[in-house]
Amino acid sequence: MNTSHLLSQDRIPGSEILLRSLLLEGVECIFGYPGGSILNFYDEIYKNNELRHYLARHEQGAIHAADGYARATGKVGVCVVTSGPGATNLITGIATAHIDSVPLVIITGNVPLSMIGTDAFQEADIVGMTMPVTKHSYFVRDVNDIARTIREAFYIANTGRKGPVLVDIPKDVTAKETTFVWPEAVSLPGYQIRRDIDEPQIDDLLAALGQAKHPVLLAGAGVMHADASNELIKFAEKSGIPVVTTFLGLGGFPSQHPLWVGMPGMHGSYAANMAIQQSDLLISVGARFDDRLTMNASRFAPHAEIAHIDVDKAEIGKNIPTRYPVIGDVKHVLNYALPKVSSLPTATWLETIAEWKSSHPLRYQDSEEVLKPQWVIELLHRTTKGEAFITTDVGQHQFWTAQYYPFTRPRSLISSGGMGTMGFGLPSAIGAQIGNPDALVISINGDGGIQMSSHELAVCAIHHIPVKVVVINNEVLGMVRQLQEVAFEERYSEIDLSGSPDFVKLAEAYGVKGLRATNKTEAEQVWQEALAVKGPVLVEFVVPSSENVYPVVPGGKALHEMMLGDDEK
Amino acid sequence: MNHHHTVAILVNDHPGVLQRVSALFNRRGFNIDSITVGPSEQPGMSRMIIVTLGDDRIMHQVINQVEKLIDVVNISILSEEPLVARELALIKVEAEPVKRPEIMTLAETFRATIADVSSDSLVVQIVGDTEKIEAMIELLTPYGILQICRTGVTAIARGRKPF
Repeated sequence: MNTSHLLSQDRIPGSEILLRSLLLEGVECIFGYPGGSILNFYDEIYKNNELRHYLARHEQGAIHAADGYARATGKVGVCVVTSGPGATNLITGIATAHIDSVPLVIITGNVPLSMIGTDAFQEADIVGMTMPVTKHSYFVRDVNDIARTIREAFYIANTGRKGPVLVDIPKDVTAKETTFVWPEAVSLPGYQIRRDIDEPQIDDLLAALGQAKHPVLLAGAGVMHADASNELIKFAEKSGIPVVTTFLGLGGFPSQHPLWVGMPGMHGSYAANMAIQQSDLLISVGARFDDRLTMNASRFAPHAEIAHIDVDKAEIGKNIPTRYPVIGDVKHVLNYALPKVSSLPTATWLETIAEWKSSHPLRYQDSEEVLKPQWVIELLHRTTKGEAFITTDVGQHQFWTAQYYPFTRPRSLISSGGMGTMGFGLPSAIGAQIGNPDALVISINGDGGIQMSSHELAVCAIHHIPVKVVVINNEVLGMVRQLQEVAFEERYSEIDLSGSPDFVKLAEAYGVKGLRATNKTEAEQVWQEALAVKGPVLVEFVVPSSENVYPVVPGGKALHEMMLGDDEK
Repeated sequence: MNHHHTVAILVNDHPGVLQRVSALFNRRGFNIDSITVGPSEQPGMSRMIIVTLGDDRIMHQVINQVEKLIDVVNISILSEEPLVARELALIKVEAEPVKRPEIMTLAETFRATIADVSSDSLVVQIVGDTEKIEAMIELLTPYGILQICRTGVTAIARGRKPF
């Protein structure tokens, strides 16, 4: 992009400085919602023709869209809203991005400096409120600080362990004029990104590999963040070490690869969970030992020494004691290790794993009378060859997607893993589609979560964003129902979603095509029709309420203590 | 095993930095026994001294999590090396004129000073490590303590060690 017209040192208002700074950071689109305190900036949006703005229908939709854009593209997602409720409506979205290390820059307007602290109309201390869920935040008091702040915010958001950065700007600061100067470099003495790697640490790990009989690579979302999927594949192939991928690590290692074992954890496969429990050297590659992965942490991988490669030093030993820490960017670490690692004698170990896979595959009771949700996910996979971008909401459909849609490439699964935020599925798909306009993007939702953001269908309709919105409708909050069935002796409390709208009519009300299927024949037919639609489409699959996600490791149990199916209830 | 640790944190002198550090301690479940902040020898930077309670694993987490804050330039555990640790206390004691000499002698023994005298009270100012201050308070208690204000511990490494 030619940026000379942007760099010109004109005397311009803060709002234009803000716009130019975003353009100089390479931003092509932003997601937002206007209001009083951010009006100066929205006047710049009106005047400019270089930056596309997508008007969400709720601020939470805007930030999830920015999040989906960032996860799908690897670029920084940008969200702009006004002060007070505009800003506070973002908090769930900020927390969602923060826990999953997604790079976002969030710009909030605030009341004029002279009104700060007076409980003015739509005044909220958003910097204070979001401190625990941002990587960093700024309150900009001086128009001369806007350009530097934006530059720093993008740098911080998208380096090291990535994350959301919030920039709060009072209205009068965007109105004041000053001479635009784009800083040539950032200077942050308290934020030094380690570019080097600690070679002896990696050498120690490589030496340990030589002794291991049952090594396992545990690949997490860090593989995606570091763009290290190819390096991981090469490392696994050269060493012969099998790979399990965490939920957010799915796609970081191709599921059709013979060395891929599966996804471990609460709803992990038998083979993946057993591989971890029998492992004698477990190497985390950008995974953070989340509690839904480890389950009972004191009985996690009981025979294994733990190695942990992570860009964030604070993750080492946070949840699981670590014998071989390796601090650094996963890609750099693997590139260093690759020429040094030798082929390990893992043939017997791989045979054991292959036996687990064939003796205990993922399974469900299929039916010809009713649609099974797992079968629906298999249908989506079969018809898209596993090559679509899939976003999910949160609940049972999320884990059926993880299990029955084998992912083949990085960034193709977009889901709220750490925060488990309902309402994420549709807006994140909008962002993913905007970032990949020619790709097939499917948003898989439950009938609960879709109602937390179904208003964003308006964005799909008005901008012709061709997301395929799938609603797996079981007429209950299924994951809660499952927990109440197992842990609360079938006392089903407040899970009945009766009164939900007719989803086909809801889609049509927005001018989006709506389709429904209640059996396999209809499902095949309407899904083909949906794929042929050029624009957005909503497809409702009506499934039974009583279907559970298996395998499941009950709370407090170790990974090998799975319930594999209904028959073990 | 839980121990008290004295941590020195060099931070940018920006608004909200104290909040960032204390919020992080709170969120991660780290304890703060005392906290002091003041300008450092470097322009634009302040030094915080935090006394915290935790075992080795928690201290490791404290250091790594605090280090991640963008406004934190440096953090070190002072109490791993020889250090000088001091706090200041102002203790207001009931003191009828007849009791004054006795209290003043007591203060003198502790190298404390009398910061204020009124008709029926004294303010004793004492600087020292935490144990010394507690001992002073204990000895003054029988006279009737009206108020205690303590700064919390500030500390510095012995010798030429920069931090």
